Amino acid sequence: MTSAWNNYFAPDTVADALDILQRYDGQARVIGGGTDLLVETRRGLRRPIEAIVDATRIGGLGAITEEDEYIVIGCGVSHTTIVNDPRIIRYGTCLSESCGVIGGPQVRNTGTLAGNVAHALPAGDGTIGLLALGGEVEITSSNGVCWIPAKDTFAGPGRSHIDRHREILTRIRFRRTTDNEGSAHCRVMRPQGLCLPIISMATRLELHGDMITSAGISMGPVGPVPWFAEPAAAVLVGQPASAQQFGKAVEAALENITLRTSKYRATEEYRETMIRTHLPIILETAVRRAGGSQ
Amino acid sequence: MSRLQMTVNGSPVDIEVDESRYLSDVLRDELRLTGTKIGCAEAECGICTVLVDGTPIVSCVYPAFKAQGRHIETIEGLEHDGKLHALQQAFLDHGAVQCGICTPGLIMTAKGLLDRKAAVNETVSEADIRAALKDSYCRCTGYQSVINAILQASGQDVPPYLPETRAPESEVGKPRPNPNALAKIRGSARFTDDYHFPGMLFARTKRAHVPHARIVSIDAAAARELDGVHAVLTHEDIPGRNAHGVVSVDWPVLCGLKVRYAGDAVAIVAADNEAIATAALDLINVEYEELPAVTDPIAALQPNAPQVHSERPDGNLLKHIKVGKGNIDTGFAAADVIVDQTYRTPTTEHLFLEPECSIGVPAGYDPTRFGGTCDALAERGETARHAKTTIYVGSQIPYADRDQAAATLGVEANDVRVVATLMGGGFGGKEDITGQIHAALLAEATKQPVKMLYSRQESLLVHPKRHATVIRMRTGATKDGKLVAVEATLYGDGGAYASLSEKVLTRATTHASGPYDIPNVRVDCFATYTNNVPAGAFRGFGVTQSCFAAESNMDILAGKLGLDPVEFRRRNALDVGSTTVTGQVMRESVGLHECIDRVDADMRDGDFRWTWDEGHKRLAWGLAIGYKNTGLGGGAPDKATAEVEAWQDPEKGLVAEVRISSAEMGQGLPGVLASCAAEELGIPTESVSVLLGDTDVCPDGGPTTASRQTFVSGNAARLAARDVAEMLAEAPGTRVVAQHEYWAPATQPLGTGGDMHVAFSFVAQAALCEIDMRSGEVQVRKIVAAHDVGRAINPLTLEGQIEGGIVMCIGYALTEHYIQEDGKPWTNVMARYKTPSITHAPPIVSHIVEHELSTGPFGAKGMGELPSIVTGPAITNAIYNATGVRVRSLPVDQDSLLQAIRAGATEVELGWGDRHPIPTIEFGGEH
Repeated sequence: MTSAWNNYFAPDTVADALDILQRYDGQARVIGGGTDLLVETRRGLRRPIEAIVDATRIGGLGAITEEDEYIVIGCGVSHTTIVNDPRIIRYGTCLSESCGVIGGPQVRNTGTLAGNVAHALPAGDGTIGLLALGGEVEITSSNGVCWIPAKDTFAGPGRSHIDRHREILTRIRFRRTTDNEGSAHCRVMRPQGLCLPIISMATRLELHGDMITSAGISMGPVGPVPWFAEPAAAVLVGQPASAQQFGKAVEAALENITLRTSKYRATEEYRETMIRTHLPIILETAVRRAGGSQ
Repeated sequence: MSRLQMTVNGSPVDIEVDESRYLSDVLRDELRLTGTKIGCAEAECGICTVLVDGTPIVSCVYPAFKAQGRHIETIEGLEHDGKLHALQQAFLDHGAVQCGICTPGLIMTAKGLLDRKAAVNETVSEADIRAALKDSYCRCTGYQSVINAILQASGQDVPPYLPETRAPESEVGKPRPNPNALAKIRGSARFTDDYHFPGMLFARTKRAHVPHARIVSIDAAAARELDGVHAVLTHEDIPGRNAHGVVSVDWPVLCGLKVRYAGDAVAIVAADNEAIATAALDLINVEYEELPAVTDPIAALQPNAPQVHSERPDGNLLKHIKVGKGNIDTGFAAADVIVDQTYRTPTTEHLFLEPECSIGVPAGYDPTRFGGTCDALAERGETARHAKTTIYVGSQIPYADRDQAAATLGVEANDVRVVATLMGGGFGGKEDITGQIHAALLAEATKQPVKMLYSRQESLLVHPKRHATVIRMRTGATKDGKLVAVEATLYGDGGAYASLSEKVLTRATTHASGPYDIPNVRVDCFATYTNNVPAGAFRGFGVTQSCFAAESNMDILAGKLGLDPVEFRRRNALDVGSTTVTGQVMRESVGLHECIDRVDADMRDGDFRWTWDEGHKRLAWGLAIGYKNTGLGGGAPDKATAEVEAWQDPEKGLVAEVRISSAEMGQGLPGVLASCAAEELGIPTESVSVLLGDTDVCPDGGPTTASRQTFVSGNAARLAARDVAEMLAEAPGTRVVAQHEYWAPATQPLGTGGDMHVAFSFVAQAALCEIDMRSGEVQVRKIVAAHDVGRAINPLTLEGQIEGGIVMCIGYALTEHYIQEDGKPWTNVMARYKTPSITHAPPIVSHIVEHELSTGPFGAKGMGELPSIVTGPAITNAIYNATGVRVRSLPVDQDSLLQAIRAGATEVELGWGDRHPIPTIEFGGEH
């Protein structure tokens, strides 16, 4: 097979990784599992890469940890590890669910959530789950380290604001949900053709009594980037959890997006119907899960 | 180059490898562990799965250096001290190994699951298996046997699923694994790409990528100059006939004047390695004058349509096939109810998991000249020299490959030898020439062996597919439920070259009215050329298409008549004494009624309803019945010659070898031949070896097509064994050889009113489908099936074919469509073509009906295609019963279906991938 890359590095520190990026001056790419990038390159959709920098062996970034109120996921952590982690199942349910539908088992065994977020597809399932939880990403460069909301990293379909020549997405975190919170994810696919979602949606709700006190909703593909649906979540906050209110959230979501028919994937009408049908379903599931039960 | 250190199957590996390599390539090429197979190089099919530190990964996109310091397990490492791993033994016992190309991937994925569950002391459930193997594909088995085998291997007592069959003879009728299954589960079975010849070069083909164009010029000079390129050939370099074709010889080996579809070959390159060959392709400059393309079979017959083969007097009409019985005007006049509907079926792709590979070896090749020995010959115990031009290929028709290659090389047929290697699936897609002739041409041009391996993407582009059809069918019945007339007009898209279009569409035509006794029938079928991908043989061979129309109409008619769909079919089903639509009287072996009865009894067992709700899911049963010819029929000479040799083995006593060129593609032919011969010789099947597919050593068994091998080659093997038995009776203890040429009973061409086929096999299937009323998604929950096969020679491999065939037809109904846009394939990667995964594979309850055929070996008829015919309409009939919506195009699109359900519509016209409505067609073909 024609080579998709020439040199392979698996640095064990972030500093080394940044150093390689700098040395290759735009000709190096960071990979987690590499499945997205390498499949596209093997298919001739991308130019071959001079150097790949495998981020999964960097010390300290291969595990899930807890820091204060956050659950922190290193960039080397695979989807499978996320799916099965009891802390994420309990305190970040929609992320466990969303990572669990990516591809198939083999791809989840090597693919990483960091890679999913950095790839910036309009409906990366793991990303959708993370957004609903208000996830943040840690960007490391030679200038230092900073945390930014994951929702602010998307520039366009498949384009991230993360400067891949100079920056590395090193960690991901989200606030652990409390006993008053529940989260849920769902996805509608078709069994034919490309394995891309027709719609992927996630939500996190916090309830006190039957009042929704905070909410996060995310969905894609509904535009060029994964959408953190603030207008829809805003409709719910301070309101009782009810089918009627969920309906208003649906309307708010639909008002703020332009759905399109995509060839061989879904008509605009079907996408709208799927949002109308399934958003209330995950909202209800999140309500049920709020209150500590799973 | 850098140093890669890892452990592979417990042994340390320390090698210098380019950092750019994938793990799959290092395993196969550097370490010569060819048990790990490559199916797609897209991380789609999972057959390349290996374990890294116990975790299943797809090795085709896994950088080799990611494995640095890790522990790799491949299929070759499973055995210990000559003892098979529990998974290997279970796969054997359960018949979960057919063609074998996916077997290592399935087993390694399963091992990952079993080890993981064992580590935490958890039992393995079926749900666990379905989740773990979701992206580990198989195209042959239908997954049921795989699930059972894994449960068994996890320590649970799960017997192999075997339907009840007649009491066996001494050998015939007993379930046993395919003789070649052992090598497949060990990873030692070799497919063509697993062979290595010293001095071997790598070849690639320059393809048109435009659907219709005149070739203005071909400039290969720069490519020839490239370092590492040994030869670049164009049409000017062809010594003999620049054409091939299994029926009509209309397909250029290398195009010189024009290209007629996107996959047409314009030049071939042989180079030191694949990367150089690929680079050389880019240096070949072909100038085209693009021509308007015709991409629709009805448009192809319009007066001003672009002509695909301008020299043909009939233009784009490949053939107008007609079938007539009685008088349809009288017939319809007597009908109380008439249903008139138009249906559409898609182009579909075989997706055998082994991409095509041919190796050409030049006449006089001596491997020692290149410093080595040759695996392939060492295996066969032969000497090193290839006296003749030799082609190694997994092919369904070795003799036809030989003859076509010889014609192009400009030599006598006998000057070429074809050695058939194991085929990783065929299903009809490996009957036409692909790389055989190209590899031979390059081998002779370079005087070195040349391997031509297709990528998955090239395979999708190039080989013939299942014909897309549009079918208008009018069915009339009296109010007491008797069919009185059927009229149908079919258009079949044959694509750029004839391939087997004539045969396929004849079959679609003769079977169009269904397995019913109908006094008045008229069917017109127009097989056309277009600039789409050629269409040819694919399991079901036209009957899969026309059955969709026939069995949909039957349910609609039953509804209008107020009759139960099963009862309506009973009133009309063929039986002994019936006359078929072509005028053939069924004198024996018609098990259709028993098939219907057994499926009906099962379906209605307990508290039966046609449809009910479970939460937001609507469930419903749907039924369809069908039939399929055994053998070539239509007057074609249908024969096979088998050679049997027997001798005394000091340990085993009398042993024998059956030799025939017939092809095994996982359907279990060697076991069938061995049992037939063993029965005649009075020895155990295990004492009979089978050598297939070497045109120098094996007499011609004919093509593996038309569900004919058990019948024709089975009889040839049986009769040759009988000859040997007679010779041994005269001269006991000696080594004897006999050849027997068996001719199937003569058949008559269509239109003469005589027997068109030697036999028919019959099928009834009921599908329990689940429709998600929120999303329109359709899942098959269960299939109940009954197949009349005459006699089950090997119930284990028979059941494997049934389950695999059913699941393949589920794919045709629900998930598969090879989409072309104005002659350019949208389906250009495996990611865009989904065949059923384990997630889509329902439990199957299987009944074997055995209405013996007197001329069949021990009563057997053909059955390889039979399971892949009626499942489509069974599913769409269920969808109708659930929702009131009639699906008229396949595959079912959940988007259109849901919108129809919500709008209260009664039908859906568009299938997934359809951009245009179903064309309106006139009966008789006024186009």
